[in-house]
Amino acid sequence: MSFLHYFIKEEGPSSALIAKERLQIIVAHERRQRDGAVTTQLDRILPQLQQEILDVVKKYMKIGNEDVKINVEQEGKYEVLELNIILPENELKLRHKKVHET
Amino acid sequence: MSKIIVVTSGKGGVGKTTTSAAFATGLALRGIPTVVIDFDVGLRNLDLVMGCERRVVYDFINIINGEGNLNQALIKDRRVDSLYILPASQTRNKDALTLKGVAKVLEALKKRFEYIICDSPAGIEHGAIMAMYFADEALIITNPEVSSVRDSDRIVGMLASKTRRAVQDMAPVKEYLLLTRYSAKRVENGDMLSVDDVTDILALPMLGIIPESESVLHASNSGTPITLDNESDAGMAYLDVVARFLGEDPPVRKKKSLFSRLIGR
Repeated sequence: MSFLHYFIKEEGPSSALIAKERLQIIVAHERRQRDGAVTTQLDRILPQLQQEILDVVKKYMKIGNEDVKINVEQEGKYEVLELNIILPENELKLRHKKVHET
Repeated sequence: MSKIIVVTSGKGGVGKTTTSAAFATGLALRGIPTVVIDFDVGLRNLDLVMGCERRVVYDFINIINGEGNLNQALIKDRRVDSLYILPASQTRNKDALTLKGVAKVLEALKKRFEYIICDSPAGIEHGAIMAMYFADEALIITNPEVSSVRDSDRIVGMLASKTRRAVQDMAPVKEYLLLTRYSAKRVENGDMLSVDDVTDILALPMLGIIPESESVLHASNSGTPITLDNESDAGMAYLDVVARFLGEDPPVRKKKSLFSRLIGR
């Protein structure tokens, strides 16, 4: 390491932060594999659940197939079912207005 | 009611034997009858760290095989009254450990000791499973470093599935995290995972943080459990771990600043 190097602060995230992020991902993945039975069952129903939610939302507003994201995450001892629906912006405004009118 | 405590980690070289020796000695210093068992058959080292390597005659496997009795194998510590060591065999391999044999020895030890500390070998194979199988509680030794944290999580999974408590649907093994070889300075510089990082990932209750310290090497060089060196930072940290384990709430130790060291306060 050069003398100058000592004074120049390295750019980017610290290596500890990178370590933490990598660990969080791999540990969550391995826990899911470990708790196999429960999760594989969840994993199996996940695509169907996603399709049905998509169908329900589609009844009321215009969204694309990729606008519903579903995911199972391990947080400590709990499994968290994460559901993300991206709503079209103008559609929302429209609905908002309607609510006020009624 | 005596308790069986496994000191485990998955990864090697993180401080299982150092911790087993320090923790057992710390408990015995309180006058609590304590025995520490080396489960690392074929690669025994607890005897060296405890400084009793020349007093080993009979070992754990001899007792399992009925080649000697427990009193012949137990080595009484010369420094701390209520402390005993049960060394591993150096000539056999891990397969010499059987569930039935280990159960027999532990049952006999339960009659004499309040705490039975099981120093696990590294890995996740037979030897490590034998060490954890009968445990009531577990100290999971982790270094603030990626491979150690990942392996610790793996061990947590095994404690929840491969132990007697898991197999027989009893209350789960009580787990504690012990972070060793910690350098606050490197954490500050962003070069090392912090206490919070590790607890975030592993989600285990923290029993203590042992600083990276030269005194640990000095202690093992001389065969003295680090808890007997109550001047050293690591020794004091282990004494705090023992206090916390016993339900006490030791005050947080502040590191002496350069200034206070200079003026000798």
